Amino acid sequence: MKILIVDDFSTMRRIIKNLLRDLGFTNTHEADDGLTALPMLQSGDFDFLVSDWNMPGMTGIDLLKAVRADPKLASLPVLMVTAETKREQIIMAAEAGVNGYVIKPFTAGTLEEKINKIFERVAG
Amino acid sequence: MEQTIVESERLAQARALVAALEAGNDTEATQIIRSFPENMEMDLFQEVGRLTRELHEAIIGFAMDDKVVQVIQHEMPDATERLTYVIEMTENAANTTLKAVEESMPVSEELAEISSKLAAEWDRFRDRKMELEDFRALSEEIGSFLTLASGHSKTLHDNLSEVLLAQGYQDITGQIIRRVITLIQDVEEKLVRLVAISGTARKNEVKKADVEMAGPAVPNVEQGEMLSNQDDVDDLLSSLGF
Repeated sequence: MKILIVDDFSTMRRIIKNLLRDLGFTNTHEADDGLTALPMLQSGDFDFLVSDWNMPGMTGIDLLKAVRADPKLASLPVLMVTAETKREQIIMAAEAGVNGYVIKPFTAGTLEEKINKIFERVAG
Repeated sequence: MEQTIVESERLAQARALVAALEAGNDTEATQIIRSFPENMEMDLFQEVGRLTRELHEAIIGFAMDDKVVQVIQHEMPDATERLTYVIEMTENAANTTLKAVEESMPVSEELAEISSKLAAEWDRFRDRKMELEDFRALSEEIGSFLTLASGHSKTLHDNLSEVLLAQGYQDITGQIIRRVITLIQDVEEKLVRLVAISGTARKNEVKKADVEMAGPAVPNVEQGEMLSNQDDVDDLLSSLGF
């Protein structure tokens, strides 16, 4: 399972990376915004994308839209991990085709639950 | 009642005139003056004069206020510095903590792994299912595990102490942010006073953007409808068919 973690704060990437490692996902890669992430996704056979929303350059929502618009990436599972808790934004992410939405600060349990749910659905 | 309406009309006209004069728009200013009914002229000129004087004094007062000069020349750049420093400190603290955690996890995993292996062997010994030869080996393993455990305990303790100390950032950043808040309140107060005197408070033009990023939810700050926890987010998403 190859996972891309996208967040502009390196500490948050590190936290997510450690939590994922604890859950048994060791093949993780990092990008600091959508502009860096998109080419990596397009050339890198990733199985899962974890992205923040608010980032300079290209935001997480724009990255999500770009992923869904790319025929090669359209079915990539995407988990949003963000401090954005505005109702309209969550609806917007849902409409853009997000697979899960975790708000910061989060617990290891929440992250695991959402990831498992996404994979159950993708498998089923 | 009627008197008040007349007064507020006059005031509005006077303000429009001041605005036109300030903007250097002579044509409009003349037009406004011509529109005054003659019997109101004197009152209006007095009113315009008073407003202009007040505005002028407010602006002069604002600019001359030592505190304002201090704010613009020193405290604002200072505040930027301070906030940048807050980012730096919190980042350092997070990195220190993460480093200690990353170092500690394999240590505790190793302890758990060896002790559960030894526990299984120990059970075998207690059930008298162990050959003497195996027991000698086990005894040596236990000996070296005890040395390892004491070294690992020290490593874990050191790392936990580091995590503990790293939390000191909260105190310092809290103090820094509090100072910036005081500065912002001070500036806000002065601006409000200036706006009140110049009387140009316009009706808020409500601009409807697509969906603006609200950022992290902050208590007591108006940000639109914010969901307060993961359960609310889950409920909303499940109502959307997730």
